[in-house]
Amino acid sequence: MATTEERPIGFGRMRRKEDARFIRGQGRYVDDVNLPGMLHGAILRSPVAHARIVSIDTSAALAHPKVRAVITGKDLEAQNLAWMPTLSYDTQAVLATDKVRFQGQEVAFVVAEDRYSARDALELIDVEYDTLPAVVNARRALDPDAPVIRDDKEDQADNHIFDWESGDRAATDAAFAAADVVVEQDMLYPRSHPAPMETCGAVADFEKVSGKLTLWCTTQAPHAHRTVYALVAGLPEHKIRVISPDIGGGFGNKVPVYPGYVCAVVGSIVTGKPVKWMEDRSENLMSTGFARDYVMRGGIAATRDGRITAIKVDVIADHGAFNATAQPTKYPAGFFNVFTGSYDLEAAHCKVTGVYTNTAPGGVAYACSFRVTEAVYLVERMVDCLADELGIDPAALRLRNLIKPEQFPYACKTGWVYDSGDYETTLRKAMERIGYDELRREQAEKRKHGELMGIGVGFFTEAVGAGPRKHMDILGLGMNDGATLRVHPTGKAQLGISVQTQGQGHETTFAQIVAEELGIPPEDIDVVHGDTDTTPYGLGTYGSRSTPVSGAATALVARKVRDRARIIASAMLEVSADDLEWEKGRWFVKGDPDQGATIQEIAMAAHGSIELPDGVEGGLDAETVYDPPNLTFPFGAYICVVDIDPGTAEVKVRRFVAVDDCGTRINPMIIEGQVHGGLTDGIGMALMELIAFDEDGNCLGGSLMDYLIPTALECPDWETDFTVTPSPHHPIGAKGIGESATVGSPPTIVNAICDALAPYGVRHMDMPCTPARVWEAMRGNAEPPQ
Amino acid sequence: MQITMTVNGEEYTREVEPRMLLTHFLRDELGLTGTHWGCDTSNCGTCSVLMDGDPVKSCTVLAATASGHQIRTVEGLEVDGVLDPVQQGFSEMHGLQCGFCTPGMMMTARALLDENPNPTEAEIREAISGQICRCTGYATIVRSIRWAADHPAAATHTEEVAS
Repeated sequence: MATTEERPIGFGRMRRKEDARFIRGQGRYVDDVNLPGMLHGAILRSPVAHARIVSIDTSAALAHPKVRAVITGKDLEAQNLAWMPTLSYDTQAVLATDKVRFQGQEVAFVVAEDRYSARDALELIDVEYDTLPAVVNARRALDPDAPVIRDDKEDQADNHIFDWESGDRAATDAAFAAADVVVEQDMLYPRSHPAPMETCGAVADFEKVSGKLTLWCTTQAPHAHRTVYALVAGLPEHKIRVISPDIGGGFGNKVPVYPGYVCAVVGSIVTGKPVKWMEDRSENLMSTGFARDYVMRGGIAATRDGRITAIKVDVIADHGAFNATAQPTKYPAGFFNVFTGSYDLEAAHCKVTGVYTNTAPGGVAYACSFRVTEAVYLVERMVDCLADELGIDPAALRLRNLIKPEQFPYACKTGWVYDSGDYETTLRKAMERIGYDELRREQAEKRKHGELMGIGVGFFTEAVGAGPRKHMDILGLGMNDGATLRVHPTGKAQLGISVQTQGQGHETTFAQIVAEELGIPPEDIDVVHGDTDTTPYGLGTYGSRSTPVSGAATALVARKVRDRARIIASAMLEVSADDLEWEKGRWFVKGDPDQGATIQEIAMAAHGSIELPDGVEGGLDAETVYDPPNLTFPFGAYICVVDIDPGTAEVKVRRFVAVDDCGTRINPMIIEGQVHGGLTDGIGMALMELIAFDEDGNCLGGSLMDYLIPTALECPDWETDFTVTPSPHHPIGAKGIGESATVGSPPTIVNAICDALAPYGVRHMDMPCTPARVWEAMRGNAEPPQ
Repeated sequence: MQITMTVNGEEYTREVEPRMLLTHFLRDELGLTGTHWGCDTSNCGTCSVLMDGDPVKSCTVLAATASGHQIRTVEGLEVDGVLDPVQQGFSEMHGLQCGFCTPGMMMTARALLDENPNPTEAEIREAISGQICRCTGYATIVRSIRWAADHPAAATHTEEVAS
């Protein structure tokens, strides 16, 4: 197989620059940061889901010879630090003072000389709890007799957080009333967890004399975190340096500010030493940002011959004990209202009600593109339910209703304006690639023999790349990103970006964008990121926004350099700038291609002694801040084949074809890798992953023995393909790709499972489709998992 | 207690607590931070190293248990500036993204190829099935290991990978 190829100066397949350190074990993750005199922190967590704290006795822990400090909520309260703001304008306890509100909540922080002693000391803290009734099921959170979780908040008499509506209810009701066929379906998108292989943690180093705090931290958004720390702790922002080194996977888990980070900072301030805190896996699964937990009642209306006219959904959204979801302020349900999907409808309406429960806070994570996962799951399951009702093939039903190429830009019924698409071409490509008609014949044959084979079709439209800033902010910070490009005299360059890779390969792809724009080879471009002292401000990497926002900033800052280079070249070549023409890597004189200067020659001249025109400064450096005019709307068609063992109800994904369209493709190898990862998330959510709770609020998914993640044995050899429909408003036509497959694959797999189970009369079953649950579904007992 | 073990060909003697895990010994005592830690329950395999040539999960092996044994970690794959074919394969075939599971995956791959130089795809998948990668979806890891099997003496691209 071909593995080595010419390195592209610009877009194309190329090996990753960052691999050199990772394959040598020289990645530098937060837990690899070791500072002289560093101490270790550990968090005591609540064993119960809801209780009043009667007393905390830390004396035995303080007497431990290796313990340097024990911090409780009362200590923080004295500094006004017991509560911190969340990214959704709520508050969250750093360390509990009055009550604990979920199992695993932070109660006390121990700082000791080594990590084992810190853990030992946790055992020496005596907390007396007065246990209260817990509410862990979102459907019960608004019952009149439900215990009020957030009694810390004035004016909070129940567990209600918000109501949010989108679309036109009256028009939707009218469309449903006029429809030939209406199908309704309850469905749960169960709670899952991003569970990156590296858990969350931080090393805080507060220097008393300078007043400077340096915080190495597992964060996808170092700049936004810096601002939050300034607001929380009252530290001046220029005295805070957040460093996000190599990050071992994020998937949205590393967007929020967690109490542990704040505790590490306080621990360093209190002890005068650097303090490291790394959570263990159970802490990660039980207390950090979970994903989904949407209880949905969907409806779809259509004509008898299969024209979809309207769609609606009511949602109860479980946000846990603190509303700590990270999403744009005006979008309390994220971009869930893109649930109209890829179809040309007459009307749509959704209502989302957010509630508190005695569970860990979170909701927006796990590559969800701000709830597009839930939206696409809803619409793609509803379309399959409709196909079942109408007796129409699900692929044919989609082809009948997809938005047509000439309808773009397409204004959907909830207000989004999709930028570009050619949906039918993409779906037909997927059908051809997998051999759809042949598979249907095989399925019909197998059904005669009682074999359970299912074919699942899914089509998704993603909505990624937040801002624009006038609509989208987090805690008042506009969702823009900056880029700085320094071109050194020898023509080598350094690009500074505000977004933070967690494996997406920014050091390679962002260098390729500069290479494409300037003709400087990617290996001559150093991409600097993850250090707030050395990179421009911006909101970070999540919601597939790096390429749509920061990628655009990078292209534009390179174009600024190119424009400056033109002026320098005109001075070098003694011609008017208007007489110069650009080809990749050099400016040359129109009509005289031999007369020109390469970008490297221009860089040297820009720093040299050449006389510059009046008003032109030396150097080539440039900076920019990009405010996207709209989101980008990647899309794709997925088809998979599953086989279900009728004797054990085990589901095996035999084949999975993913045809993605993310517009202009910067590095196809990296794009395919991103898609593979997301498809695997789909296997996880559809078949295995579940964070459930018992009635008392005990987390039943608190270790990797209980929270099952796909291994190489559950995954097929992914088959990927693509179409290219550039975004008209993005400088290079690129859309995001990081979360497409996570969004698109779960409904595709569940559609296949329900298709396989059609002989049993199963129209819908909730995820995860474990053998036990599929077995129940085959016997008519397809209950939600919690 | 005092323990002595050979790590990547060098002998180390240290005084440690009897309960110290091998992963913490490697990381904190020897500074070999290429070996990671991810779950505590032997499920994720980011901590995998070779003990006497066999993959073990160093989060569930006591350092004391490893005393007297030969340990090989990711830092021991590259010899005299020449990358192991497994390391090259992972770079060539995009077998890694965030890089956190990568050292453990590569060590298991090394052990597999030492025992079975020409594994089938199914054998590769079986070999790495005790390890979790959250980024790649495994297909490129399988291809990476297959690349290494196809290039047992590869070392020609060292320079490029090093850039």
